[in-house]
Amino acid sequence: MYCSVVRHQNTRGLRSQLKDSVPVTGMGPQVGAYGVQDTLRSGFSSVKNELLPSHALELSEKNFQLNQDKMNFSNLRNIQGLHAPLKLQMEYRAARQIQRLPFLQSSHLALDTLKGNDESISFEDILNDPAQSEMMGEPHIMVEYKLGMM
Amino acid sequence: MALSNVLEIPTSGFNFENVARNVALEGLLEGGQTKTPKPMKTGTTIAGLVCKEGVVLGADTRATSGEVVADKMCAKIHYISPNIYCCGAGTAADTEKTTDLLSSNLTIFSMNSGRNPRVVMAVNILQDMLFRYRGQIGASLILGGVDCNGNHLYTVGPYGSIDNVPYLAMGSGDLAALGILEDRFKPNMEMEEAKELVRDAIHSGIMSDLGSGNNIDICVITKQGVDYIRPYQESEYKDKRQKRYKYGPGTTSILTEKIVPLELEVVQETVQRMDTA
Repeated sequence: MYCSVVRHQNTRGLRSQLKDSVPVTGMGPQVGAYGVQDTLRSGFSSVKNELLPSHALELSEKNFQLNQDKMNFSNLRNIQGLHAPLKLQMEYRAARQIQRLPFLQSSHLALDTLKGNDESISFEDILNDPAQSEMMGEPHIMVEYKLGMM
Repeated sequence: MALSNVLEIPTSGFNFENVARNVALEGLLEGGQTKTPKPMKTGTTIAGLVCKEGVVLGADTRATSGEVVADKMCAKIHYISPNIYCCGAGTAADTEKTTDLLSSNLTIFSMNSGRNPRVVMAVNILQDMLFRYRGQIGASLILGGVDCNGNHLYTVGPYGSIDNVPYLAMGSGDLAALGILEDRFKPNMEMEEAKELVRDAIHSGIMSDLGSGNNIDICVITKQGVDYIRPYQESEYKDKRQKRYKYGPGTTSILTEKIVPLELEVVQETVQRMDTA
């Protein structure tokens, strides 16, 4: 038997997925200062656009890496004790700080090597490569945002 | 590059920005005359079996796009590693990309470790990948290979289910092919008998299913090496042209002829030496 390529837009069913997944930044209403919708930067708010992603895989793909890490660390904690995930997360945190300025593309070499991403190829390496992105953030604004001045 | 107030860099991987637009477009187009283009599927017959000396994989060569035959000589048996080959049914692009990714990952592994990959490794990588995308990647695959643990044949479904069996058929013509395989399969068959059985199974799939047709490809994997016979058997229904439709020179008569020479003068001449060391 063969599969037919039919996409089911099952937006209702995603409500049950929302509570199981890790909360993700950037998905909810874009809050600026004072905790209100930042209309100048992110446009008008619309409940439909923000609450429910429209593709079956959108939410699971956004959370995938986080969930994998969570599962691996909890496994490691159960097998080897608390020190194992603590040490690993410390190394990840240190490696994550080795980056270029916010608006430039960093290679994440140390982080990739730690996570083992340098020995495998998946869709993250082929599709939508951020190094080939056609949009660049305004350097001043991005640095101010990173430093928390915005 | 266009500057904008982008505060977060886009993540790599799949991009779901156009999903809402596509849903809206589909609603618009259904009422009108135009329809969304159908992806090219391989609506297929693929089969494989384990014999005494190795594994024999077979496939037809037709790729359909809706009701039209898109490709008459499509290659459905993909290379994964020197000792593992994979037949793919389902959406043509999905099977090709998935097997390409799998092949790259296994090449990296064998470069790192210096060993030939095992069939179970390929199966596990595929299973993880296909389950992660919840069947949205429409690829049903038959993996066959010979490694240090023996001869293996596995099937991986589009949602990530696997099965390890001595003989298999997948695709839209699988029921017809499976009938032949169930009837005549014996464990530890000889190579020639196994090739004939796979050929017969694919042939019955071609005869009974609209989505399969044209030629039959066979791939034989043994400890000594791989024999990829493409095509093993050509279709009996090749189009035989009645006449030659090429026009010889002089068919069109020349009425007048006017030659205008193009005057070129040498302005500058530079010589660059090539380093042939």
